[in-house]
Amino acid sequence: MIAGTFTGTIKTEELQINIGPQHPSTHGVFRMITRIDGETILGLEPVFGYLHRNHEQLGEVSSYLQIIPFTDRLDYFNSMPNNQGYCMAVEKLAGIEVPERAEYIRVIMAELSRIQNHATALGFMLNDMGAMGTPLLYGFREREKILDLFEAASGARMMCSYMRFGGVARDIDDEWLGELKKLMVGLPAFFDEFERLLSENEILLSRARNVGILPKAVALDYSVTGPLLRGSGIPYDVRRAEPYSVYDRFGFDVVVGSVGDIYDRYLVRVEEMRQSLRILEQAVQQLPDASGGHLNPKVKQQSIRPPAGEAYARVETPKGELGFYLVSDGSGRPYRYKIRAPSFINLTALSDLARGHKVADLVVILGSIDIVMGEVDR
Amino acid sequence: MPDDRETQLALEKQGVLFTQLNRFYNWGRKSAIWPMAFGLACCAIEMMAAASSRYDIARFGAELFRASPRQADLMIVAGTVTKKMVPQVVRLYNQMPEPRYVISMGACATSGGPFRDGYNVVRGVDLYIPVDVYVPGCPPRPEALLHALITLQQQIDNQAIREVRWYGDREARDFPVPIFGKHGLEVEGIEGTADPVGGIPRMAPYVSPALGGSGERTSNPQVLEGNVPKPLMQAAVEEVFGHGKAE
Ligand code: SF4
Repeated sequence: MIAGTFTGTIKTEELQINIGPQHPSTHGVFRMITRIDGETILGLEPVFGYLHRNHEQLGEVSSYLQIIPFTDRLDYFNSMPNNQGYCMAVEKLAGIEVPERAEYIRVIMAELSRIQNHATALGFMLNDMGAMGTPLLYGFREREKILDLFEAASGARMMCSYMRFGGVARDIDDEWLGELKKLMVGLPAFFDEFERLLSENEILLSRARNVGILPKAVALDYSVTGPLLRGSGIPYDVRRAEPYSVYDRFGFDVVVGSVGDIYDRYLVRVEEMRQSLRILEQAVQQLPDASGGHLNPKVKQQSIRPPAGEAYARVETPKGELGFYLVSDGSGRPYRYKIRAPSFINLTALSDLARGHKVADLVVILGSIDIVMGEVDR
Repeated sequence: MPDDRETQLALEKQGVLFTQLNRFYNWGRKSAIWPMAFGLACCAIEMMAAASSRYDIARFGAELFRASPRQADLMIVAGTVTKKMVPQVVRLYNQMPEPRYVISMGACATSGGPFRDGYNVVRGVDLYIPVDVYVPGCPPRPEALLHALITLQQQIDNQAIREVRWYGDREARDFPVPIFGKHGLEVEGIEGTADPVGGIPRMAPYVSPALGGSGERTSNPQVLEGNVPKPLMQAAVEEVFGHGKAE
């Protein structure tokens, strides 16, 4: 036999590896049982439940007001939109009017949440790609500024519990608005910096282009929502499809991608941040004065008892469509409290997305879906 | 070992560098605590915020988050520990080399927090591993985590090589890993379900030496105090210990 040639056949074997639940790239306590052939993923079985905190069960033994803090802890990056979705469901159920000013404040908070969520989500994704730290720290830097505003308005950085039935807990004042405007002036520079650093970055392009493609039809089959769906080229956004709050008064574009790969999701998120800023600008301009109040005074927050019936309300959180389904039997506690969590449903597409790619791409694909385990497991 | 700490501190103030072995050890250990990158839930985000540029945990020498427990000194239990996760938490703790420390960050890790009443939530990680510093809050602010780190550094500074359990010639000990049995968690040495749904935990927490315990499961009913409402407490003390009443 001549040295350097191999004439026999190599016996290969499938291997099963276990990623998680303690793994720096699983975005929380999530476990993936992966079947691999060399470096290529043949199949993937997600295992969750490591953060199952009995959210829905606790909801059914808590009063309506007590549930608001639990909704904060669903998707803990975005407590504001979560509050909003839940309050909208209760308002629907009990037929509560919301003052106009409160609606605008809600929109402002929700869009600020979107910006900070996308900034950090992209940071985490790039972290998984190997850009250790830097983009994430840039994202966190912006996030801190937004959290300062949340704290000034609601009293808490992350778990705001800011919305109430028929409005918001506290009004915002001119000083707060001044700070917000200062922040808004600075944001485009952040977006530009982020894009200048990354959008045409050679490494990002080669790692993200044509990796983890989610075709339109598959995306629809899985009923994924949010940037994951829009990245695949389907212009669906609850803010546009079924405008809630005062979203029908703002001009903004529903950003879509073309191929449906990781890079498209990245671009969609960056562009969505810019669109959020657009909405913010309009909302600040149109914000009605405080004479209409920020909270419907007729609502008894503590002892609210919606009439028997059911209601479903949905909002577009940064992760996708978040729905709350409530059934009331006329008592002070919901009879059934069900959440349609976008992270959970988006996550179902993971094994399809990962199949055929390398293990190193798996974590990036997971990062591009942008999940939060608090919402997946509930 | 005579206690010459005071003298030494006085001398140091006058510019005399007088390094006792103890202090040198402790100084080295406390200045480079490597935490494990281990996030469970919401609190982990504040932990990351503490590591990022604004709060900059690197100022205290603890910025090197290690992905592997084998390389870590400190486990920050940041988030809700569920019954499905607690075996992994204990296993990770066992895998850490000694000396090892635990910070229980947030209400959930300390006592179950807002989810305490949930059927799947562990009511305090100290039921399974000894905790050195507890941080209240939901979530604690990053400053609170920094304070916890400083507190831990002070605790480390007060260690004496002769007394601390990791410097003897005994074997490193593994903590019993709970298993998920028929009706819930089962722990070695405890009869039946350790943490029954609807009841209170049937075991006492570990109390770390820094907090006045021995690092073992306490047999002192008083320690349970504060963790549970009083009437329930009393019933539990009677049930578990069969004697003694909480004051
Ligand atoms: S203490 Fe609060 S913030 Fe921390 S993990 Fe528990 S619920 Fe989340």
